[in-house]
Amino acid sequence: MVTLIGTETPAYVPAASGATATLVDLAESTVRDLNQALHEPHVQGEWTVTNSDGKHSIAVGIDAPVSVTIEGHVGYYAAGMHQKGDVIIRGNAGVGLAENIMSGTVHVTGDASQSAAATGHGGLVVIDGNAGARCGISMKGVDIVVGGSIGHMSAFMAQAGRLVVCGDAGDALGDSIYEARIYVKGTVASLGADCVEKPMGGEHLEELGQLLAAAGRTEQPSEFKRYGSARNLYHFHVDNSTAY
Amino acid sequence: MTVTSLPHDAALSARHPGELGLRESATFDRATIADIQRAAATGVYDIRGWGAKRSVPHFDDLLFLGASMSRYPLEGYRERCDTDIVLGDRHASKPLHLQTPVTIAGMSFGALSANAKEALGRGASEVGTSTTTGDGGMTPEERGQSKHLVYQYLPSRYGMNPDDLRKADAIEIVLGQGAKPGGGGMLLGQKITERVAGMRTLPVGIDQRSASRHPDWTGPDDLEIKIGELREITDWKKPIYVKVGASRPYYDTALAVKSGADVIVVDGMQGGTAATQQVFIENVGIPTLAAIPQAVQALQELGVHRKVQLIVSGGIRTGADVAKAMALGADAVAIGTAALIALGDNDPRYAAEYAALGSAAGYYDDFQDGRDPAGISTQDPELSSRLDPVAGGRRIANYLRVLTMEAQTIARACGKSHLRNLEPEDLVALTIEAAAMARVPLAGTSWIPGAR
Repeated sequence: MVTLIGTETPAYVPAASGATATLVDLAESTVRDLNQALHEPHVQGEWTVTNSDGKHSIAVGIDAPVSVTIEGHVGYYAAGMHQKGDVIIRGNAGVGLAENIMSGTVHVTGDASQSAAATGHGGLVVIDGNAGARCGISMKGVDIVVGGSIGHMSAFMAQAGRLVVCGDAGDALGDSIYEARIYVKGTVASLGADCVEKPMGGEHLEELGQLLAAAGRTEQPSEFKRYGSARNLYHFHVDNSTAY
Repeated sequence: MTVTSLPHDAALSARHPGELGLRESATFDRATIADIQRAAATGVYDIRGWGAKRSVPHFDDLLFLGASMSRYPLEGYRERCDTDIVLGDRHASKPLHLQTPVTIAGMSFGALSANAKEALGRGASEVGTSTTTGDGGMTPEERGQSKHLVYQYLPSRYGMNPDDLRKADAIEIVLGQGAKPGGGGMLLGQKITERVAGMRTLPVGIDQRSASRHPDWTGPDDLEIKIGELREITDWKKPIYVKVGASRPYYDTALAVKSGADVIVVDGMQGGTAATQQVFIENVGIPTLAAIPQAVQALQELGVHRKVQLIVSGGIRTGADVAKAMALGADAVAIGTAALIALGDNDPRYAAEYAALGSAAGYYDDFQDGRDPAGISTQDPELSSRLDPVAGGRRIANYLRVLTMEAQTIARACGKSHLRNLEPEDLVALTIEAAAMARVPLAGTSWIPGAR
């Protein structure tokens, strides 16, 4: 069981809501206790987690309209396979942040390590800082907004969803990309196999504007370039064999 | 070579080349010649289904000793020989309890038709064993018809979602398969129908080439954390398997145990695939026979043999194969190719249709093509409809029962009241190679080549 060490009205909850937060101190409770509590039927409300201390698998498998704030750094797979609720991490996140997210939002105020939002099927992942290598690898519908830069091999085999990068992108961006769309404001070190720059249409400016707004960003859509699949690798052709 | 010693005669061409004294090259045999000419014509490597077709040391090279003066047999039909097996009780609060140690291996909806998947689920459920999803997610038909369903967690993560994870009875983290250790999945465009594409979030009709590495972990230390995450998501209820293609089974098994797996699945090179490069299938990985003792040794050295269960697959065909795998230390086996054959794959009654596809019954391996006359490795509605899932389920159940009864027959003859009581001491090898790989003595000797 979670050791409830008290409730309080946290500063980030609008005063008008009158909501109180469940406070879980991971110096007192285990990650197992926290996750089990978050998986209980009809769980809801505001949760605050302290002393996260880089622990792994914090707040994974949420499937409820809860709002969880983690005050500190998290280890691997924070908010993994997330559904419905909102998770805010006030710190940095380790490998595989919000991996396979289905819906809801996950927001990191610091940096995220590699494979952020890997294979995500839906929802929104916002990283205010930078993200490491393989950000959005095999993404399947998730939207990702990175305030800083992303590492190499990001959006590798990205199938669906949108990746927005307000800084720069590392090498081999969008290698073997399928139908995901990538927007980068800064420079791209290099594009991966079958990933090309594409023209910005009205619908792209519009969706990018919505994504930036959802992530609380102030950049303008017109400052970005769009990248996506040339679709040359969709069917094997001997003349493309060097691209494999 | 041309025949010069005989007069030219039209009747000659009808005779078998061997009768004329013609000699075929062992190095460049007809299949090799066809491969070279096909490569030259197309510029593409050959992709096919099935597992390794080359001859490798296998269970056929082992024999049971049976009971005699110093061993006491059990009466067939009268004395019990149990077959049930518990999988995943190391860490999971809800381990699987199967009635037979013969399980159905992972095969995807996409690679197989929905009817074939349903038939596998029906057959497995009828005899109280498990079936397994594949690289493409869980279908409602499969979940609905499978009493025990193992949900594969693959590098591609097609269709992966926490709802299905919680619906599963066990989770199998796939690092590799015997047909292609180190290779990713493949599904060619002709099988990516609207439904398959939708489940995998891919455009319809494209050639799907899946990743070979997991996207969010690398190596055993990460795997331990990943297993921890999956346990947290499922509240420590589900057994977690780790499946590897047989290449370095001693180390892979030890590392999987250290990573926290409940069950290790080792798939030998004879294990099947729906679509892989032939060069990969035939040249990467080791035979099932060679893999089992290595995996068992790792489990024994770590003190977890029988506590972390071992499932072996790759070329299991008969109850004798089941019994031999278990005698070498496996807790259970998985069948894939044999299950498809039980459903009607390569049935001679489709001879004319196989011929029309340039193949023949007994040779057909173009699972990647989606034109399977038996309606199994296809997404074509007309072909799929040839396989009645209820009748197919009955055939699978029959076959699973035969495998189980055959294994029991052998176990009783060896004086064992449970299949799991079979042991290496019950076995001898027919060849030096098999003796060395299986680590049992050459028949009639006490010689285990390589034993210290």
